[in-house]
Amino acid sequence: MGAKRTRERTTLQKVEAGLKRRRRKELIFKLSGEIATGVGILFLVLFFAILLNKGSSAFQQTYLQLDIEFSAEVIAPGGQLDLQYADFDGIVRAALQKELPEISGRSERRELYRLASVGAAYQVHDVIAENPGLLGTTQSIWVPASADVDMLVKGNIDAAVDEALRTLSDQQIDWINRLDEAGRLDLKFNSALFSNGDSREPELAGIKGAMMGSFFMLAVTIALSFPIGVAAAIYLEEFAPRNSWSDLVEVNINNLAAVPSIVFGLLGLAVFINWMALPRSAPLVGGLVLTLLTLPVIIIASRAAIKAVPPSIRQAALGLGASKTQVVFHHVLPLAMPGMLTGAIIGMSRALGESAPLLMIGMIAFVVDVPGSFTDPSTALPVQIYLWADSPERAFAERTSAAIIVLLAFLLLMNLAAVIIRRRMERKW
Amino acid sequence: MSTKRSQFIISSSAILCLLLSASAAAQSARDYVYIVGSSTVYPFATIVAERFGRGSEFKTPKIESTGSGGGLKLFCDGVGVDFPDVANSSRAIKQSEVDSCARNGVTEIIEVKIGYDGIVFANALQSTPLTLSRRDIFLALAKQVPENADGLLIDNPFVTWADVNPALPATKIEVLGPPPTSGTRDAFVELVMEGGCKTVPWIKALKNSDSNSYKAICHTIREDGAFVEAGENDNLIVQKLQANPSAFGIFGFSFLDQNKEKVKGAEIDGVAPTFDAIADGDYPVSRPLFFYVKKAHVDVIPGLRGFLREFTSERAWGEEGYLADRGLIPMPDNERAVVASNVRELKPLSLASH
Repeated sequence: MGAKRTRERTTLQKVEAGLKRRRRKELIFKLSGEIATGVGILFLVLFFAILLNKGSSAFQQTYLQLDIEFSAEVIAPGGQLDLQYADFDGIVRAALQKELPEISGRSERRELYRLASVGAAYQVHDVIAENPGLLGTTQSIWVPASADVDMLVKGNIDAAVDEALRTLSDQQIDWINRLDEAGRLDLKFNSALFSNGDSREPELAGIKGAMMGSFFMLAVTIALSFPIGVAAAIYLEEFAPRNSWSDLVEVNINNLAAVPSIVFGLLGLAVFINWMALPRSAPLVGGLVLTLLTLPVIIIASRAAIKAVPPSIRQAALGLGASKTQVVFHHVLPLAMPGMLTGAIIGMSRALGESAPLLMIGMIAFVVDVPGSFTDPSTALPVQIYLWADSPERAFAERTSAAIIVLLAFLLLMNLAAVIIRRRMERKW
Repeated sequence: MSTKRSQFIISSSAILCLLLSASAAAQSARDYVYIVGSSTVYPFATIVAERFGRGSEFKTPKIESTGSGGGLKLFCDGVGVDFPDVANSSRAIKQSEVDSCARNGVTEIIEVKIGYDGIVFANALQSTPLTLSRRDIFLALAKQVPENADGLLIDNPFVTWADVNPALPATKIEVLGPPPTSGTRDAFVELVMEGGCKTVPWIKALKNSDSNSYKAICHTIREDGAFVEAGENDNLIVQKLQANPSAFGIFGFSFLDQNKEKVKGAEIDGVAPTFDAIADGDYPVSRPLFFYVKKAHVDVIPGLRGFLREFTSERAWGEEGYLADRGLIPMPDNERAVVASNVRELKPLSLASH
């Protein structure tokens, strides 16, 4: 008895002696975990702050209000509308000249004309094409100002530095200030960013072409990779015999998920373009390459979802006389669908953010026309960001950030959808 | 549910059909001009393409940025709608490329020189301005430098600019430049490094006797950290120069032109990199830019002739054209006239000249 009591006491004493140390350890572990998460969040916040700070100004653009004279002599010589060869640049220039009538001299006038974007003439063209009734009238129209004016208004060009060091002259800045005082200059929503394709004029450049390219690619990717991935997962989980052959397949699928994406680009170049002779820069080929890239992700997620369906459900169905195929398609597949969809969406969001494999198949290209089909030349959002980041014009810097914000917004939406689907449809057993 | 399975099968086979029909459609026609090539010419070619696309009934040409060598390889792969019509290049086409073109049936190539590009050696605006000779730059950046007059080479020992030339400040040699895959790097090595290298008499003599070791001495850049390969993105180099006032960067004139209040170009051999100095040929580090056209594609691909006319028009490449606004240095009037008339007559490149 006595010996047992002493032993009990010593155990208790041991526990008490170690308790402090164990609690401290726990606290340290918890703290370091919190610090790690905190650092992660800090960097994320920093990243978003920098991006928003740089990019948010690109959602606005400076516009000039000009009194455009739709002169019948210029636009419709001989009474017939001549939209293709009419001198719309001349019309815009005349309107600018009217704003600041005292400017004369060839070089001064050239400087004046640079205040308006070359897009102003396209806009005048569009206005008259849409509404030929305006012929012969004078209309007050907001046209895009040039990128340099835009940069000055947004404070990205410093008027205080020496004249030789900036892209605008003292004279031009004086004119801009006068136009501003007269209420002829205003920052408005930059609709061109969402309605235009790429352009070398920053004020006309938009991401619609890249967004459509990404859309077509993802359409091909989802149409191919989801059915193939789910079919492969079902076969491997439910039908395939367990042997060294299926182990080999499994190892290879896991390996493929870790292969650097550029390798898929090289494969796409060799197989789809060189061998199958599909066109370069086409969303079709991009979608095929991204299919290869997302297949392993979808197969792995789908297998996990199928595995999570309890065996009792299969056994119950089999017990009631269902065939193996009926078990899979009537019971397992519907129950595993939320997990499979989540995997597919995460695979898609990875595909949306990929640029490396697209470099190999000719998608780093200057494409102005917005693609309308799977074989039209196009770019993708990440590639557009890459191209703009490399442009010398200052105004492209903020547009690069804006394009990144749009891409992130899409990624956020897709990942949010994945979370919601999981929350809504997940079943607990 | 067998309907679900058959949906899989139907959708998969539908996609396969789409693939096959697409490849057939791609081979039958192309209604836009297809351009590949140099990333240096890209900013200029894209402006012309855009203006041409907006101002004509044709589609806007598609331009891929592949680099000069990659572009010429694609260009030389054959004649037909699957192959590019135009290859941009920041150097003249090589004999080996002309040969490989000819092997694939691309026999008549029209060479179009479009103007010049200067390569600048720039630092941050607030740093001290420098006047460098090409010899200074060679000695600062070569992997091996001559020790004395009689042909001995040693690994580059210079740490500061003052070690290279006592007249220069004693700041650390730190240069950010493009990687070897870049055309800018090729031109820099050829024009600056080799230019400085040739000032050493015994190395110059090597050029005829042993051209391989001449090239090895003149073209090899040191790898001990003084020269940093900063990637192809010139905007990044400009940002890094602002952050590090003692560093220099190597990039094209158009980036200097757009960032005049951030960086400034060093005078090389006593000449500052200005628009006029490059146009006059006084600034020693400038190179011609070209594009190459397949004669067989002209009048077959819709819009190709119009694109050529737009590129060689005065409003594009002239003294006051829109390309000059973006930093392309125009050729002298008479040279422009000769090239433009060659283009109008579609005069192909004569092999003898290369």
